[in-house]
Amino acid sequence: MTAYIIRRVLIIIPTIFCAISFLFFIFYVLPGDPATLIAGGADRNPNPIQIQQINDRYGLDDPILTQFANYWKAVLQFDLGTSFQRNQSVNDILKDRAPNSIRLGVWAFTIEVIVGISIGLFSAIRRYSLADKLTTIFTAVASAIPVFVSGYILQYFFAVVPEKYGWPEWMQLRTSGISAPRTDESWFLFFIPSGPAQWRYLVLPAIALAGVSTALAARMMRGSMLEVLGADYMRTAKAKGLNERQVISRHGLRNAMLPVVTLLGLDLGTVVGAAVLTETVFNWPGLGSAIAEAVGDRDLPVVLGLTLAVVVVYAVVNLAVDVSYAWFDPRVRLGGGEDA
Amino acid sequence: MTDQVSPGAPVAPKLASRHGSGSGEVLLSVRNLEAVFETGDGIVHAVDGITFDVHRGEIFAIVGESGSGKSVSAMTVMGLLPTIKVRSGEILWKGENLLDFDENRMRRIRGGEIAMIFQDPLTALNPVHTVGRQVAEMARIHDGLSKKDAMKRAIETLDLVGIPEPAKRAAMHPHEFSGGMRQRAMIAMAIMCKPDLLIADEPTTALDVTVQAQVLEVLVDIKDEIDSGIVLITHDLGVVAGLADQMMVMYAGNQVEFGTVDEIFYETAHPYTEGLLNSIPDLVGDHSKPLIPIKGSPPSLINRPSGCAFHPRCSYARVPGVCSEQEPKLRDEGQGHMSACHFTSVDWKPQ
Amino acid sequence: MSNLDTEVVVNSPESTVATSLWADAWKQFKRNKLALVGLGFIVFVLLTAVFADLIAPYSITDRDVGRSREGPSGDHWFGTDIIGRDLFSRVVYGARVSMKIGLAATSIALVVGVIFGALAGYIGKFVESAIMRFIDVFLAIPYIILAIAIATVFGKSENSVIIVLGFTGWLGVARIVRASFLQLKKQEFVEAAQALGFGRVRIMFRHILPNALQPIIVYGTIAIGSTILSEAALSFLGVGPQDPTPAWGLMVSQGRSDLANAPHLLFFPGLAIALTVTAFVFVGDGLRDALDPKLKDR
Repeated sequence: MTAYIIRRVLIIIPTIFCAISFLFFIFYVLPGDPATLIAGGADRNPNPIQIQQINDRYGLDDPILTQFANYWKAVLQFDLGTSFQRNQSVNDILKDRAPNSIRLGVWAFTIEVIVGISIGLFSAIRRYSLADKLTTIFTAVASAIPVFVSGYILQYFFAVVPEKYGWPEWMQLRTSGISAPRTDESWFLFFIPSGPAQWRYLVLPAIALAGVSTALAARMMRGSMLEVLGADYMRTAKAKGLNERQVISRHGLRNAMLPVVTLLGLDLGTVVGAAVLTETVFNWPGLGSAIAEAVGDRDLPVVLGLTLAVVVVYAVVNLAVDVSYAWFDPRVRLGGGEDA
Repeated sequence: MTDQVSPGAPVAPKLASRHGSGSGEVLLSVRNLEAVFETGDGIVHAVDGITFDVHRGEIFAIVGESGSGKSVSAMTVMGLLPTIKVRSGEILWKGENLLDFDENRMRRIRGGEIAMIFQDPLTALNPVHTVGRQVAEMARIHDGLSKKDAMKRAIETLDLVGIPEPAKRAAMHPHEFSGGMRQRAMIAMAIMCKPDLLIADEPTTALDVTVQAQVLEVLVDIKDEIDSGIVLITHDLGVVAGLADQMMVMYAGNQVEFGTVDEIFYETAHPYTEGLLNSIPDLVGDHSKPLIPIKGSPPSLINRPSGCAFHPRCSYARVPGVCSEQEPKLRDEGQGHMSACHFTSVDWKPQ
Repeated sequence: MSNLDTEVVVNSPESTVATSLWADAWKQFKRNKLALVGLGFIVFVLLTAVFADLIAPYSITDRDVGRSREGPSGDHWFGTDIIGRDLFSRVVYGARVSMKIGLAATSIALVVGVIFGALAGYIGKFVESAIMRFIDVFLAIPYIILAIAIATVFGKSENSVIIVLGFTGWLGVARIVRASFLQLKKQEFVEAAQALGFGRVRIMFRHILPNALQPIIVYGTIAIGSTILSEAALSFLGVGPQDPTPAWGLMVSQGRSDLANAPHLLFFPGLAIALTVTAFVFVGDGLRDALDPKLKDR
């Protein structure tokens, strides 16, 4: 097992290196001189001296390979560089934005796991019932509505309408409440908002972000559970004298959850690091929106630095998912072949 | 031979406990069981009027092709088919009709008094739990043992069925066992609570030939050890020959022949049974004798042939109006040896 | 008395299997009402895209000056946008944008993915490692970030979105195709073809590929839907086609600021996206159930 982990880590390092390097190089294909952009854009006719200063400051004159080498040298010392657009080190930006993404992501993930698996399980057990048929349609639709549509619908019905029509305060998830609280004191145990005011900021984005994945998890869980229900060992369990609840919970559940766990596990990385759309819709200052903005601004250090962080988290989560899968399913032997 | 044929008068099957080691009490008594599946394509007549007894200490074999209804019959006894509809008949277990039992009573019977061993132990055992845990589960459910005690008994039982290093094996998962070992583990699981009857559904079909004999031996030894009865379901006549006391042959959901193994093998009364016996390659006999398969294929259980279900494939179906029109009932060929053919073996067998 | 007639059942395996597999699948598919509804809707969208000129009452740039941000009315069924253009017409033309990008990008993804997947799966060794490592590099970057980065580089237009989505799309296809080929490679008909001296390319594409089509087709159908979704996401973020191109995602983004007072600006294009993708989900489900012998839903 340890050998497997080490091997995976050794492979993932060059992969990440190549990925970030790829991003590094394609930015040089972009039209527009970075120094000019930093100075405010070509249409502002920036001072050539200013441009030269910027070039010197960021080393933008140097040949690409030199810049490339310098970049990686700095990274290895945990220095992700300085933002071109803002006067901030990328490390600081990361420290600023990461907690927000983690908080939102973890809540969305919790919803996905609890709601998704429950719905899937329920509709598989009560197959052919009206509830099941409705759930099937509902989850199909929910998996197809993009977050930038569902997000606004949620906002409209839970924030705009209440405010417009003067609903009581406690029922409002206010429009102005679509930005995240900035102070750390408003969070309890890092994840739990400390008061109802804070909850109001979190609820809608978490639901919107969780939406598609919850639907996918529910669908997969239903399919997986249906397959398990037809399995021979379920019949054996019944033949041993177990009642329906016991058969499902002791023998069916764990087998059915295997593919769902993988799906959700992989989603954890995305939901924390790449929730670009949700963060944009709700003005949530997280990593995803920071990266998207930086791409638009040609702010290379920010793009590379934050993406590097996200990619690493992604890779770690994937590895954890693979390793935990072996715990769930004893048939899988890590690193070796599978039983024929 | 007569010109006018009168099929044997229908007789209520008289099944006396007179053969083999079946001197024990009657445990299971199935009477005229008829069960169907209602499907979108029509009604599937899976079990059409079967009658048999199983005694303590006896090995009773149910033989037939795939789709003949043998497995379905067994599973109907156990109540494992939620979609099946029993149309008529009784399933008497120690005198009481299982069909009248509610789910709670049935659950206590399953595993506690009647235990089933399935065909493919790889898929019949849960892949994510250890073998020990699955075997021990029986004692926890039926006898209320604690985890520790149940596991202890499980290891003892694994030893009983001939699994080496039982304690070590109990901690392993099914995919780590060989086919024969897995089947032994299934047997161990089935006997944990000393059931009165074991139903083995094709227990050796998924195994290599060399292992088959071993597993069957285990079954017989266990039967003697816990003094239970065995219902052995198989399509392999060779397995039956060496093992069973009484047997019945099924075709298309019907019971076509019933009797002791000797009677059926040596005094075959039904053309289908004869066809089955003729299609077994004879390793020691005359090598120039051709293999005679039964022509055609088994009928659909939804649109069954009129009259005798076997008549389209029967080499002897010669009398128009009888074989194709009238459904044969079980007739006593003598001493309780029943056959569901309109004609006695004397009549249809070539001279 | 009767002779043993040997019933000889003559069935050429390939012909029975080949025709009946697809005919059977269609029969199964037809039974699934949701799938049929989905298919119907997709056809409807396709027709809208093709005949947009005939359906839309206005062009996408016609401005009804002075009537901006209006709700639905007799003249403007979906209302007007912030500079007075008819929303209904723009949504109708948007179907063309979405279909064009969806179909083009998915086609590229399928073709490229099949080629590389087949090579990786069948030839193995160094070729497989190289291809899979290459794919891993790009899969290490979260999808949306990769898409934004490449789209920005290529400029903001329909064609660049097609290239981006085609490129990110083939990665997934290649993996599936490789898995299929790995499995099929072991089968005897491949051994037979090799023994007969057939070349590798021929074996891969004439012999193995037809057998691997099933999962590819299901994946491909669902992929069109998810490509349309991705395209909407990219246009929403502003890295896709720019104004005045009526990309549905872009229109949602344009309607953001008026959520409180003119929700229809957001709602109609959003609905278009949701319905179209849902239709693909239903069809994808139906296809998967129809082609998979194990999943007989009764």
